[in-house]
Amino acid sequence: MSTAKHAEFHHAHHFDSAEHQYDASKQGIWLFLVTEILMFGALFVGYTIYHSLYPEVFHAGSHHLSVPMGAFNTVVLLFSSFTMALGIHYVQVDKKKEAVIALVITVLCALTFMVVKYFEYTAKIHHGLLPGKFFTNTEMPEIKNLAMFFGFYFVMTGIHGSHVLIGAGLIIWVMIKVIKGELNSSYYTPLEGVGLFWHVVDLIWIYLFPLLYLVG
Amino acid sequence: MSTATASHTDNYLNHEKGIWSWLTTIDHKRIGIMYFFAIMSFFLLGGIFALLVRIELFTPGQTLGFVTPDIYNRMMTYHGAIMVFMVIVPGIPAIFGNFILPIQLGAKDVAFPRLNLASWYIFMSGAAIAAFSLFTQKVDTGWTFYTPYSISNSVSNGVIMLVMGAFVMGFSSILTGLNFIVTTHKLRAPGMTMNRIPLMVWALYATSIIQVLATPVLAITLLLLVAERTLGVGIFDPTLGGDPVLFQHFFWFYSHPAVYIMILPAMGVISELVATFSRKIIFGYTAIAYSSLAIAAVSFLVWGHHMFVSGQSEFAGVLFSFITMLVGVPTAIKLFNWISTMYKGSVRLDAPMLFAIGFMFLFTIGGLTGVFLASTGMDVHFHDTYFVVAHFHYVMVGGTLMAVMGAIIYWFPKVTGKMTSDLLGRISWVFIFTGFNVTFFPQFILGSMGMPRRYYDYLPEFTSLNQISTIGSWLIGTGFLIGLAAVIHGLIAGKVAGDNPWGGKTLEWTIPSPPTHENFEKTPTVTGGPYEYR
Ligand code: HEM
Ligand SMILES: [Cu+2]
Repeated sequence: MSTAKHAEFHHAHHFDSAEHQYDASKQGIWLFLVTEILMFGALFVGYTIYHSLYPEVFHAGSHHLSVPMGAFNTVVLLFSSFTMALGIHYVQVDKKKEAVIALVITVLCALTFMVVKYFEYTAKIHHGLLPGKFFTNTEMPEIKNLAMFFGFYFVMTGIHGSHVLIGAGLIIWVMIKVIKGELNSSYYTPLEGVGLFWHVVDLIWIYLFPLLYLVG
Repeated sequence: MSTATASHTDNYLNHEKGIWSWLTTIDHKRIGIMYFFAIMSFFLLGGIFALLVRIELFTPGQTLGFVTPDIYNRMMTYHGAIMVFMVIVPGIPAIFGNFILPIQLGAKDVAFPRLNLASWYIFMSGAAIAAFSLFTQKVDTGWTFYTPYSISNSVSNGVIMLVMGAFVMGFSSILTGLNFIVTTHKLRAPGMTMNRIPLMVWALYATSIIQVLATPVLAITLLLLVAERTLGVGIFDPTLGGDPVLFQHFFWFYSHPAVYIMILPAMGVISELVATFSRKIIFGYTAIAYSSLAIAAVSFLVWGHHMFVSGQSEFAGVLFSFITMLVGVPTAIKLFNWISTMYKGSVRLDAPMLFAIGFMFLFTIGGLTGVFLASTGMDVHFHDTYFVVAHFHYVMVGGTLMAVMGAIIYWFPKVTGKMTSDLLGRISWVFIFTGFNVTFFPQFILGSMGMPRRYYDYLPEFTSLNQISTIGSWLIGTGFLIGLAAVIHGLIAGKVAGDNPWGGKTLEWTIPSPPTHENFEKTPTVTGGPYEYR
């Protein structure tokens, strides 16, 4: 059934069929996600190196992070991955209203995540727990280089956070397309692409959380 | 065999008119041409800096009135950064890959035409950012941006902008590579199995894999450099507990594979030229094809050969040295196969073939001296001397730029429907080839005598070799200008080319010159390999 519907959708002139175009798009998206993971990969390599050089710094640093907030954000993102998948499912079966609700919840989760991040960041800033040369905290003078942990913390969560924002923007973009009826069971490639991107953003956080918050 | 061309009036050039139709085009052929103009202008700019650097080195001490040591360092940085990030890395894939790859596969376009146009704009924005920083800020780090110098206060904050320019261009590189991979997987004409795709496509495919896998690491490295300068993260800064050598590891993890991003497409071009101008079925198609993949794979494991004197462990040095030598195997396979193809073929020495032969000659010298450098003991002597400069110019200029010239002349008739003058092409070759050797061979000697690279001044005993080198650079410059003249002359007064002036066997020679908007009236069905001469 879905194949027949696919064929109704207009495809670009250099593809044989909508199916063909869909396959190509999907491969493109997967390749792009590989580059995202490689980009974060280099960060993880840097993290691992310095963690093994200065375990006490990373140990002490992680104690300054709020595990409840991090854990809460982990749950929020996991849940949003679920609602994202639901959204795609509803579009595939042409349940437009349910799909939009699922996508709205996903965006709300993204915003919740950022709000929690905002509170976490302001708390760090308040205590002078900042990267490198901005570090002013004097509570633990016996730990040298504590600034480095917060360098990693801000760079890694910052880059991840910008991905969350980009992801939220993309979800809103596909949601509008769903509302306009441009995406439906016969054509939903952009939605699926955004969904995959969102899962990767989630996945990266699942690595960041234990590395930064729980290493102590 | 060429069929009548006069009947084809609608082609991709006149299909739509006006500058706006170019700036918004999603036709891969037009995008290729837009890259051509952009990259050639950057090439001119980088070339001017090269000539200035060489003139400054004509005598010891200050030679040119306005070139102080500071300005010298900046010019050397401009030259390197422009040539690497804005010319040789994007060069062949962006220009010829865009134009030729879909046609050679029998496709009407690349998989993502809109993304392709976006890549051009991203590339141009990155180039604009980089160019702006070059002309308004004082960046003198060299193209490698080594820490701790690049994060120290003695370098202007312009380095942030230059690095962001490179970051943006890297994004364009990733997207082009991604587009080519999916195009190669998904848009081959019926019958065009992976074992029948032209060797140019194999080379571009292997290149694309490197682009997609290595560039993200450069991206994050450059971002970290920016973070280091603005926030003082500490990751590369020794005063904050970081390690500047880590920057070198990250940088070369990209930039060594990047040297293969520069050379693999050139090897693809050479395979096409050798097959066409030898009129013989290419020897060892499979070996050439898979050696591209092998080179791509090994290129990820050898970055440490840039760091033999960085204080890495002796064990790492030995390991990197050994793996580096392995790259010689797939490279030699290619060379031997090209030569075997020429052997007993009816070799025609048209201008493109001269460039191909020039490539093989110069690249061999460059590659062999690479083996010298890969031997840890010798590298301690040669590191950061003119020997290294000569080595990488032999491979990058003698290799890639020779291939670019060959490719321009070879595909010119397909792109424009007209021929370039063979005489001008050959004269250009004579100048570039001789000029090149006159410029860079003395640098091997200078390097082994101990002249360090990147220095404004040198000892008086190095004077005569430096002067020979500088005079050579003028010959190269003249050669490229003659090449430019050949292109302009071809555009204005070139003979009508016909569909297949060289007797090529790959698919682009079966369609009209210039090609129609959709490349193929009817999708071709492929029944044999790409070079079936006899
Ligand atoms: C295939 C094309 C090649 C290109 C485009 C290329 C390019 C370069 C460049 C740009 C550098 C200088 C980097 C800098 O600025 O410090 C360099 C250095 C080096 N190359 Fe190559 N190379 C190529 C092939 C090879 C091969 C085949 C080998 C070894 C078998 C090799 C071994 C080396 C080594 C060991 C150095 C480091 C020298 C030093 O800094 O002491 N290269 N190459
Ligand atoms: Cu290398």
